[in-house]
Amino acid sequence: MDPQSQHRPTATRRAILGMAAGLPLIGGLAACGSSGPGTSASGSASGGSGGGNGTGASFWTLSGKPQEDIRQQAVDAFNKANPDTPIKITLFQNDAYKQKVKTALGAGQAPTILWGWGGGGLKSWVDAGQVDDLTDFFAENSALKDKIFPSSFGAATVDDKVYALPCETVTPIVLFYNKKVLEKVGVQPPQSWQEILDIVPKINAAGVAPFSLGGQSRWTNMMWLEFLYDRIGGPEVFQAVFDGEKDAWSNPDSIQALTEMQKLIKMNGFVKGFASITADSNADQALLYTGKAAMMLHGAWTYGGMKNDGGDFVSGGNLGYMNFPAYDGGKGDPSDSVGNPAQYLSISSKASEEEKASAKKFLAESQFTDEILQAWIDSGNIPVAQGSDSLIGSGEDADWLKFQYDTAANAKSFAQSWDQALPPTQAEVLLDNIAKLFQLSISPQQFASNLNAVIGK
Amino acid sequence: MTAGAPVVPSAASRTPRRGGGTGGLWWLVLPALAFFVTFGVVPLLGVFGLSFASWNGIGAITFGGLDAWRTVLADPGLLHSIFVTFEIMVISWAVQTPASILLGTFLAGFQRYRGVLAVLYVLPLLLSSAALAVTWKALLDPNFGLGAGLGIPLLSQNWLGEGGLAVAVVIFIVSWQFVPFHALIYQGGVRQIPRSLYEAAEIDGAGRVRQFFSITLPQLKYTIITSSTLMVVGSLTFFDLIFVLTAGGPGDATRVLAVEMYQTGFLGNQMGPASAIAVIIVLSGLVIAQLLRRLGGRDASASQLEGM
Repeated sequence: MDPQSQHRPTATRRAILGMAAGLPLIGGLAACGSSGPGTSASGSASGGSGGGNGTGASFWTLSGKPQEDIRQQAVDAFNKANPDTPIKITLFQNDAYKQKVKTALGAGQAPTILWGWGGGGLKSWVDAGQVDDLTDFFAENSALKDKIFPSSFGAATVDDKVYALPCETVTPIVLFYNKKVLEKVGVQPPQSWQEILDIVPKINAAGVAPFSLGGQSRWTNMMWLEFLYDRIGGPEVFQAVFDGEKDAWSNPDSIQALTEMQKLIKMNGFVKGFASITADSNADQALLYTGKAAMMLHGAWTYGGMKNDGGDFVSGGNLGYMNFPAYDGGKGDPSDSVGNPAQYLSISSKASEEEKASAKKFLAESQFTDEILQAWIDSGNIPVAQGSDSLIGSGEDADWLKFQYDTAANAKSFAQSWDQALPPTQAEVLLDNIAKLFQLSISPQQFASNLNAVIGK
Repeated sequence: MTAGAPVVPSAASRTPRRGGGTGGLWWLVLPALAFFVTFGVVPLLGVFGLSFASWNGIGAITFGGLDAWRTVLADPGLLHSIFVTFEIMVISWAVQTPASILLGTFLAGFQRYRGVLAVLYVLPLLLSSAALAVTWKALLDPNFGLGAGLGIPLLSQNWLGEGGLAVAVVIFIVSWQFVPFHALIYQGGVRQIPRSLYEAAEIDGAGRVRQFFSITLPQLKYTIITSSTLMVVGSLTFFDLIFVLTAGGPGDATRVLAVEMYQTGFLGNQMGPASAIAVIIVLSGLVIAQLLRRLGGRDASASQLEGM
């Protein structure tokens, strides 16, 4: 994924979300027996302590297989090499983590190393003076910097300073389809938006839902708009919003994208009851692999879940995937993609000098070792390291991995998830209005005026 | 401690003191008062203070004057949340109260099978709201839930995906969960009604229905007020069930005040407006509780057993 033109910092967040079973607040109840941190510190069972008050650096990150195993592997390897300054890792469930970090930062109890999604969230940490500027760190470790996809630095950068290490994986959002179902209905995978509108009635007539959607999670609906905006108006439309231009949502291309969106909803393009389905429970993936839905627009991270839970769905070659189709007459490039360019590690400003030194060492040494890169590939992900396609090999997932790599690498624009790019206050209004748009309870014009009201906030 | 009751009663200590004899025991309230002030009043004042501040949750807290209140009061979302909150409050009260009274009266009997049933009825009370919400959500899933599993189309409604239905489902689950609790309260209330009232009524030829309406219900007046206060004030703070079940959705159909507060504060990072919503919740609760007390009549301590 060499020179990708990245327009905004992209955040990666849901890499885990797809994998983490259970609902945000309830993860604990479901299985783990605790909604608090699940600690698996090396040699210490008492983790979860805040930074700045313990010995050695602490590291908060997300739980969920297989990612947590690789994170643990990186920490274990580091601790083995640095037995005097071990890193304490604490794992949290996705949505619980967001609140937990916010509370910990507000209370001055943050860990030394913070895992994050970059973008607007990172900016809010930076604005509050909670994380350290790592620009000098990258100057000192230029070999490390050169190893990482340049496109992933956008979401780590605030006011031309880098505040986080891009690491882990790049995950584009792609259009999945169930080959068997499309065959049974007798239609080809859609090559344009107009074809989507053509085949939806046929799929419905066959008693199958055209698209699966976990609409209660809201950002799932947002992925559709991200692509429609890009294909119809190009990346500039959302860029104007991001830049805080007045009335940017009222752009005619914006209104057209919203209108097309509601057109698809009105013709029952989405599975019945989509507004009550959460992505966290993976019910949306289940709809696709059980053949109750024909297609699904989702993050590449769902591949692992479908492979694990879908029986022979993936191994039997029934899962098809493609980039989001073009819009006839649209301004956007059909190679454009949306997704998460990387995950990010930042260092707390409140940590002691010793802890910071240990944390920097961890950032520099632990994330891009051959073992870790291979582990990400083996888990079905593309690490954010240059030339990682050479590690793909010829395993059963090779085609999928190559497709992911190419989608990310060939994208003229690799846009960031909107809710991650925007500051939290704007993002919440956006998600709220997207939910209403999908309920058809507001019109495209109302959507635009509701969101114009919070531009720049 | 000098005001404490003397260990050895003496004639002198029995002389009534000024203050009616209990005035000296004021310190007994200290533990409860300290607890209440620390965990009730202080946070409340904090929230009240925050509602005049501008804070994103992690940065510095700055004074924002009435900004937060202006934001909140000008937001059509607040009116909607208030409407949804009261809608759920009123309907779930109207569903729960008759059901609880009937069930409570039934359980007040001393027959053994009623005792067994009473134990079964309280089962939903033993489960946490979050667990209930997850379970119901799975059962009501239109694609993988009860309806799809059993092949009964009637049960395969879009229960949580349509505004009106979602509100109805929330009310149903709330009632299902809390009716047993209120039934227990009414059971206690009914058992306290003296037998002699019913015996007298029987002699006068009153049937069971007449006895229920003329004796049981009036005698339960204060139990009804207690139970209603718990229901109504409790429904102001519904959060866990709704958050897990619908997250306030679809759209904003089930977004009650508590969910609105959470989304404003913890997702939107606007602690000022979120605190203002919290203050609104507290004030509504106080006003409603006070109104319900008034309903009980001026002299709430009057006995209903006069002449017994």
